Amino acid sequence: MFGYYIELAVRSLRRNQVLTALMIVTLALGIGASITTLAVLKLLSGDPLPEKSGHLFYPQIDPNPLEGYVAGQAKPDPMMSYPDAMYLVHARRARRQAAMATMQAKIVPDRANDHPYFADGMMTTSDFFGLFDVPFQYGSGWSAPDDESAAPVAVISDFLNDKLFGGGNSVGKTIHVWGHDLRVIGVLKHWAPQPRFYAEVIGNRDYGDGDAVFMPLKTARAMDAGAGNLQCYAQVSDLIHIETAPCEWLGVWVELDSSAEVASYKAFLDGYVKEQIALGRLHRPDTSLLSLMGWLIDQQVVPSDARLQTYLAFGFLLICVVNTVGLLLAKCLRRGREISVRRALGATRRAIFAQFMVEAGIIGIAGGVLGLVLAELGLLAVRHQPADYASLAHLDGQMFLATFAVALAASLIAGLLPAWRACVMAPAPQLKAA
Amino acid sequence: MDIHPILIALRKHKAGTLLIALQIALTLAIVCNALFIIHQRLDRLSDVSGVDESNLFVMVNLWGEQYSTDEAAAKIEQDLATLRQLPSVQDATPTNSYPLAEFDWDNFITMTPDQVGHTTDAAYYVGDSHFLRTLGLKLIAGRDFRPEEVQNLGMRQSNQPPVTIVSKALADKLFPNGDALGKHFYAMTSTPLTIIGIVDTLARQEVDSWSAPYQGQSMVVPFRLAEPWGLRYVVRAKPGQLAAAMREAPKALYAENRMRIIPPKNGLLSYAQVRANAFKRDRGMAILMGIICVVLLAITGAGIVGLTSFWVGQRRRQIGVRRALGATHRDILNYFLTENLLISLGGVFIGTVLAFGLNLWLVTRLSLDFLPLTYVLAGMVILILLGQCAVFAPALRASRVPPIEATRPT
Repeated sequence: MFGYYIELAVRSLRRNQVLTALMIVTLALGIGASITTLAVLKLLSGDPLPEKSGHLFYPQIDPNPLEGYVAGQAKPDPMMSYPDAMYLVHARRARRQAAMATMQAKIVPDRANDHPYFADGMMTTSDFFGLFDVPFQYGSGWSAPDDESAAPVAVISDFLNDKLFGGGNSVGKTIHVWGHDLRVIGVLKHWAPQPRFYAEVIGNRDYGDGDAVFMPLKTARAMDAGAGNLQCYAQVSDLIHIETAPCEWLGVWVELDSSAEVASYKAFLDGYVKEQIALGRLHRPDTSLLSLMGWLIDQQVVPSDARLQTYLAFGFLLICVVNTVGLLLAKCLRRGREISVRRALGATRRAIFAQFMVEAGIIGIAGGVLGLVLAELGLLAVRHQPADYASLAHLDGQMFLATFAVALAASLIAGLLPAWRACVMAPAPQLKAA
Repeated sequence: MDIHPILIALRKHKAGTLLIALQIALTLAIVCNALFIIHQRLDRLSDVSGVDESNLFVMVNLWGEQYSTDEAAAKIEQDLATLRQLPSVQDATPTNSYPLAEFDWDNFITMTPDQVGHTTDAAYYVGDSHFLRTLGLKLIAGRDFRPEEVQNLGMRQSNQPPVTIVSKALADKLFPNGDALGKHFYAMTSTPLTIIGIVDTLARQEVDSWSAPYQGQSMVVPFRLAEPWGLRYVVRAKPGQLAAAMREAPKALYAENRMRIIPPKNGLLSYAQVRANAFKRDRGMAILMGIICVVLLAITGAGIVGLTSFWVGQRRRQIGVRRALGATHRDILNYFLTENLLISLGGVFIGTVLAFGLNLWLVTRLSLDFLPLTYVLAGMVILILLGQCAVFAPALRASRVPPIEATRPT
């Protein structure tokens, strides 16, 4: 029966080729636009560390003065001061924990005629690599004693290893950062979460190759590396010793494996803040412990332009569907006689309904195929956009299936009204008029 | 023309009529919001920077070696001398940033040192005694910085400049009576800054929407940015020699000191490139919205053509009867045009409500501005015209139906 409907549908569609083409193109445009923007939105709201993100949490406290504080309206600061971050790291209340800050590493190549250059880097503590499951090609990270002794060691990325040493096992070799010699103790496999969620302020170089060099926090600070972001909550006179200044420049990530651990860590964090308030060092009681995905939402990693484009594309798809409904309806109303003859010969209402829905579905699938082509073109255009995530925009298997799901759903919704009108049509008057 | 028979005929085509009206309504809602966004974005593309853009270029200069504040200051003066000597270069100045640069340094402004809350916010430029001349800023009151006023600003040194030159927008904001020259204010400093000069226009560094309330409010303080990592040079070429100057300047600087970094990416930009970079997202968004509007109107137009064609086909016999009873070609043509006008009017009426609804939603979700009525009116005109154009061809075909059709069975 289904095969017969398909045959009827194809015949009917071929009878009105211009109209069929118009319906397919309309649907395809709507689908192409929506899938393009959905792919971008999916990329932007994606999980940077799918295997681990459920276990990663970002504690925040609020060191600002009490002046201007309204309970319930204040939000803890995105970064932490050095004493607070170090307290959390040393307390070891989570499975793993690390404090970190972005930095610019000035690297001077060994070869005589090469210019020095800047690379993105992280100054952090020893748990960083275990915390984020960072994969090593050679060697390993540093130990907690290396953190304390400010050991002159570094872990480098695969691309920096290629650039400086031409690849291979470079453990034990030396790199020159900010005029200091650091011994390479580990070389990473390719590792670049998108976005770079662990940067303490998201919104700058979030998408791309990832960091080139990682070194112990104290090592980096000993060579006077500046913090990538610095926010002060009181008058500052000395901005060189940021460890003691009333300034926030570190992010802390902790690994917690169950909701019980999360609750107990939150209690620990609240307890610490209460204690500090009693000591007079802190003043505001608010704390927060967001999950990784919660933190990304809090930081609004999806730009409002991308959301605007998605809304617009779906509005566009809605109009395309309305348009298709109108055209299908007009077509169905002209086929009164054909329907009446089929009904008179014994076709049930259900059969007529099914026939029209199959016809709509065929338009949907054709629209989906063309829409896929248009979406690929759209993403090609997106990849030429200046945004830093642009080069990552592509259709994966899931979006591929979503395209057809959207296309089929759109066309079947569009087909409902015409199919219903066709199946409730009374055959007798139509036949008589002939 | 009597619209009563048209209304009766439309009642027989409720679904089709509603669909066209709905489509027109949705199209109107999206098109006038999109037009509004396009206009807003395009408006920003021509934001005035106040600087002599056609002859300027900017260069990022990062030191390859670790310099102390004094060493860095000496290196900067050496670089500036080298740049100013070039035959194609008119002047050069060291700075932290420049208008439309997108990396910003801004300070809150207060009128007293212990004021709670700030009066306004100003973009913060660090410049020497060549800053105004190099950028081509127009001094409208007071004087320029003297060379001896320019101090070195080292790494993360907190700074307390005694004097400043402000933009007219900032001067007017702080001292609405127009007597800003010689007055004081505080810019997150503990000592007051005295306004010694006012320039006509000096745009802010960033173009983000958060700074819109502070548009054009900028201040320049007399510092030489002698930080160990580096700074930016703004260079003014002699008229017509921009390309030559952009070729010679990096070469001359590398020749003088090889241990420096002029980043290959965005390290050397003409002001035209600076402007294009600053507004690339706005331009992209405007183009995208424009494409969507055009495609949307095309689809709606095609939909109207399709549906009306079917109606004409369906009503050949009625048209034939009317023609046989004496209706002229023009009567038939008018009939379909009027019918479409009625549907369109209904559509744009619903569409106006939808347009403001959509706008309200965008305002709350994405903090856009409120939609002015003019855009809706423009959208209405566009859609009514579109409807009339789309219906014209099928209507013309209808008017050519011969009266003999009345006698033929359908």
